[in-house]
Amino acid sequence: MNTTTIDTTGSAPIEFYCRQEPPAHNGTLLGFWFYLMSDCFIFASLFVANAMLGTNYAGGPTGAEVLDIPGLALNTALLLVSSVVFGFAMLEMARQRKGAMLGWLALAGLFAAAFVGLEIHEFIGMIAAGATPERSAFLTSFFVLVGTHGFHVTMGIIWLIVLMVQAGRSGITEVNIRRLRCLSMFWHFLDLVWIGVFSYVYLIGVLR
Amino acid sequence: MPVKRLLGLLLAAPALLLGGCQKMVLLHPDGLVASEQSHMMIVTTAILASIIFPVIVACFVVAWRYRASNKRATYDPKWDHSPQVELLVWGWPVLIIMAVGGISWVGTHRLDPYQPLAQVAKGTPVPANDPPLQVDVVSLRWKWLFFYPQYGIATVNQLAAPVDRPIAFKLTSDAMMDSFFVPALAGQIYTMPGMQTQLHAVINKPGSYRGFSANYSGEGFTDMRFKFLGMSQADFSQWVAKVRSSGQSLDTASYEQLAKPERNAPVGYYAHFQPDLFQRILNRCVEPGQVCRSMLMAEDARGGAASDMASMQPRGQPGATADSDPSKAAAPVTTVH
Amino acid sequence: MLPHTMPHRAAIWNFIFGRLSLAAFPLGSNLEDRIVQFTFIGVVVIGVAILAAITKYRKWGYLWREWFTTVDHKKLGIMYMILGTVMLVRGFADAIMMRSQQAFAFGANMGYLPPHHFDQIFSAHGSIMIFFVAMAYIIGLMNYVMPLQIGSRDVAFPYLNNLGFWLTFGGVVLFMISLFVGDFSTAGWLGYPPVSELQQGPGVDYYIWGLQLSGVGSLLSGINFVVTILKMRAPGMTLMKMPVFTWTTLCTSGLIVVSFPFLTASLLMLSIDRYLGTHFFTSGMGGNLMLYINLIWVWGHPEVYILILPLFGVYSEIVPTFSKKPLFGYSSMVYATVAIMVLSYLVWLHHFFTMGSGPAVNSFFSLTTMLISIPTGVKIFNWLFTMYRGRVHLSVPMLWVLGFLFTFSLGGMTGVMLSVAPADFLLHNSLFLVAHFHNVIIGGVVFGIFAAINYWFPKAFGFKLNEFWGKVTFWCWFIGFWVAFGPLYIMGLMGVTRRLSHFTDMSLQKWEIAAWIGALIIFCGIAAFIIQIAVSIKDRKKLACGNDPWDGRTLEWSTSSPPPEYNFAFIPNVRDRDAWMDMKENGGDRRPMEGFNLIHMPKNTASGVVIAALGCICGFALTWFIWWLAIASFIGIFVAIIVHAFTYRSDHHIPAADVSHFEHTGNWNPEQQGVAA
Repeated sequence: MNTTTIDTTGSAPIEFYCRQEPPAHNGTLLGFWFYLMSDCFIFASLFVANAMLGTNYAGGPTGAEVLDIPGLALNTALLLVSSVVFGFAMLEMARQRKGAMLGWLALAGLFAAAFVGLEIHEFIGMIAAGATPERSAFLTSFFVLVGTHGFHVTMGIIWLIVLMVQAGRSGITEVNIRRLRCLSMFWHFLDLVWIGVFSYVYLIGVLR
Repeated sequence: MPVKRLLGLLLAAPALLLGGCQKMVLLHPDGLVASEQSHMMIVTTAILASIIFPVIVACFVVAWRYRASNKRATYDPKWDHSPQVELLVWGWPVLIIMAVGGISWVGTHRLDPYQPLAQVAKGTPVPANDPPLQVDVVSLRWKWLFFYPQYGIATVNQLAAPVDRPIAFKLTSDAMMDSFFVPALAGQIYTMPGMQTQLHAVINKPGSYRGFSANYSGEGFTDMRFKFLGMSQADFSQWVAKVRSSGQSLDTASYEQLAKPERNAPVGYYAHFQPDLFQRILNRCVEPGQVCRSMLMAEDARGGAASDMASMQPRGQPGATADSDPSKAAAPVTTVH
Repeated sequence: MLPHTMPHRAAIWNFIFGRLSLAAFPLGSNLEDRIVQFTFIGVVVIGVAILAAITKYRKWGYLWREWFTTVDHKKLGIMYMILGTVMLVRGFADAIMMRSQQAFAFGANMGYLPPHHFDQIFSAHGSIMIFFVAMAYIIGLMNYVMPLQIGSRDVAFPYLNNLGFWLTFGGVVLFMISLFVGDFSTAGWLGYPPVSELQQGPGVDYYIWGLQLSGVGSLLSGINFVVTILKMRAPGMTLMKMPVFTWTTLCTSGLIVVSFPFLTASLLMLSIDRYLGTHFFTSGMGGNLMLYINLIWVWGHPEVYILILPLFGVYSEIVPTFSKKPLFGYSSMVYATVAIMVLSYLVWLHHFFTMGSGPAVNSFFSLTTMLISIPTGVKIFNWLFTMYRGRVHLSVPMLWVLGFLFTFSLGGMTGVMLSVAPADFLLHNSLFLVAHFHNVIIGGVVFGIFAAINYWFPKAFGFKLNEFWGKVTFWCWFIGFWVAFGPLYIMGLMGVTRRLSHFTDMSLQKWEIAAWIGALIIFCGIAAFIIQIAVSIKDRKKLACGNDPWDGRTLEWSTSSPPPEYNFAFIPNVRDRDAWMDMKENGGDRRPMEGFNLIHMPKNTASGVVIAALGCICGFALTWFIWWLAIASFIGIFVAIIVHAFTYRSDHHIPAADVSHFEHTGNWNPEQQGVAA
């Protein structure tokens, strides 16, 4: 045999090559996690901008004047419930129950869509009242941070629809499970970011 | 022995480079602050050279000594670890950096450009009854405007100061980000719109020195030069009189004219200037009706203008009340520190 | 501050073409336009010649199947290296134009470049050299070498690898278009506001979208490499048995993951300010330009370590191989790399000590900056002690290493000088600074890339590079560098600042002319490098070498040169550091020649090309305010991604018989193996 030789210590032959194909790795979840970490830094930059510019009203409206706290409560509830609902979908996925999973996914998507809808409504109201992103650095940083989060949620909804179609067509396959897990991480990640947004941008924004 | 000669040469080269040339203003500045900064640069370089040059020489010596064709050299194909050597390779740089870091730490605090000077020259404390010369600097596109509030005069692209008298600069910018730099006088400091930076310096020798913007600020940046004149007290008084005799006055209208982008602007003298002009440039409210930044900042600090949604249109119409008079704005402007 | 400068014409034309009009094309007869016209003609002639040749020899199908759509990390690596070389020529053209302007624009002579043109050139030079030369080269190197070093068949996400390349290429296309259509940014390589906010026209927008595309590409590569290294190492290769180049790849990729988002975010905010008139970095309405400068350097400083770390890895591979000894102080080397990675994140403020941050902040960042020089110094010592008691073969890669040790050490010294905050008040923004960063980037990164190309070229193509032209390249670069940048150090100490397009002090001209001559010598170096490649291709039969021409120590030398698509017929079992040397010493260097398995490999895909092309079109449309096209291409990107997501069969299998055939008849030649240089 070419591959084996006698160890100098004379005990066992050394196998220098794997004769069997090594098992396939699965780095997708780890890779996606790294992507989320990098996304986290984009949000971090926007949070920094908000921290630095958040009180620069430039004579314009302050946080207390424009931020809609009751709306925020509803919004936050919608997103958090959506996350919980997504969790139910993942449980059904683990039990290989396609129909139930799709149902929960659809519900999660609806909650998220309602969240985005409310956010757009809030933005339109602010802009109509003159609190536009061009009005002051505070409003710039507010709109861009909250808007970036909303954009992520929208992307998540599109992704969710695509995955629902895929799971509907080919069932709960290995590939689809992997993709749903990634989306699940994305979904909860956006929740976490939102907790930062509502506590820092909204609640502290109103207080300061 | 060629190695030794090489070593000598390598050590001599930087000395020649550092010591030989009078024109290297950063090595022979004429202002106390710049000389201290320069001195620190030279000292740290010397300390660093004590590790860098031996290492460079050793690299070549080792590479040559252990060249493949030299079969007489020891060959130790398994030697890849030695605690003693590891101690050396971590310890030596750590010691060097502790030394250089200590120098930097102390020097950074001692030479903080925001601190008023303690002495005007090595060993000469600042005279107690001699207030520093105040100069308010504005970098325009692309020229320099200097206010002398103690003398009521202003100049463009020419700066003068008596020797051995501390100068206290306050600096801002009209639109771009520039860097105020007179290499012979003191290290540079950025000028930024809406923000004020500070610099304390003193010139110790009469002469005409180069000053310029050290930060690229667009098309005319290359020509953004001025002369800094170090003068005896008598010459300085004459110079002030000369500026005063120009008869020109710098008010809002002439400032707006001056602030238009221009390359290669000539030297200009103003016998008078509107007293609050620098503050208004700094607070970005030169044009009548603009709300001063200091006011806005004060409001923001109190949690906004307590306005309702209806008052969100830009405030401060022409002919604003005394309330928006920047000269009465008590709140400090943004000071970068 | 809205740069909405639509041309005056019928609204329908403005709808179709946005602000793009004939005025954007350099059709004038002034010198500035003439330069661009001749460049354009040159590019067109060369481009048409290449396209015609491809058509004539019917290579389009081959290029598309084998290269453009490839997911093979080796081919992508080679494509990155070619891209880097092409852009090196472009970046150098900018450099020689600047040097020529500065050498002759003295006194009454205003030079041949008006400021607006000169400012575009230094902005383009910096951005191109960092993003499309240095980044392309290091990502190419990591792509090619790292999977081979860890005994893997490919990277973790082969398709993203392809996409990343094409996104980088899309950025290049935008930068190159800006040469001929419209203008480029004049805001420097980092696009500092207010210049970048106030500049009207498409220049800064080209810059923003070009960098956004390539930035996403780099981020994808970073994530890809981290996961590859963490998940796909050969059995037995623990972290502390990884080759040092793989370690540096891991650290660099980690830095990419944590720092590139800051670039994306800063450019995003800048673009929102420019397009929507908002106030992140404006002077009025509460904006603050210091925010941009901080954020961009939170990316910018790690970026220079992203560039240098892989090359530290390269030196750590070359020195042991050519000293016939294991690397001295492997663990020190690893810890030093990790220390540099962490510290590089904590030093960004040293780029603006003179902003008035106060002594406490300045001295903190001064100290962290100096701390970085400790692990860097340790590395230099370790290379030195690797040579000590070795058998040092002074072939071309080693020559580059010695040139690096000399040049980089001095660059490191001037770096520590700059990190002393009070000294930086004098040296900041001066030509001394320019000389310093070229000293470390040319002396560290570029020298390392040439060393790596000479070292791994035989692996990639099965023949060595010509030694003579390799040495000519080295000496031209080495001498050229010092002739070009020595005068800049001296002028820096004379208090000459950077980015000046004209001088009044005639006594400086001798130094500027010296620097110009140095640039010409570097040009000879670039030419010699291209000649070296050409001559070597011509003499490839004569230069053919075995699989392991340098008597290498790491796993990439254990497979064929060039390696087959699947890299290793059998994945190696790793017992030790320097795994291949261990195998050679213990009789493991003869691969099994039977019992081959079916090998599972990813399939080529066109999605990367399509998505990047749409991204590039979107960037162009945004630059010129062609909103319909921007929206259409943006939607197109999503459609392409979704279509790609429906491709479930993204892999194929290489039958065992094919593997067996390659292993028996390919250029695997056991007799030549182990023949030393």
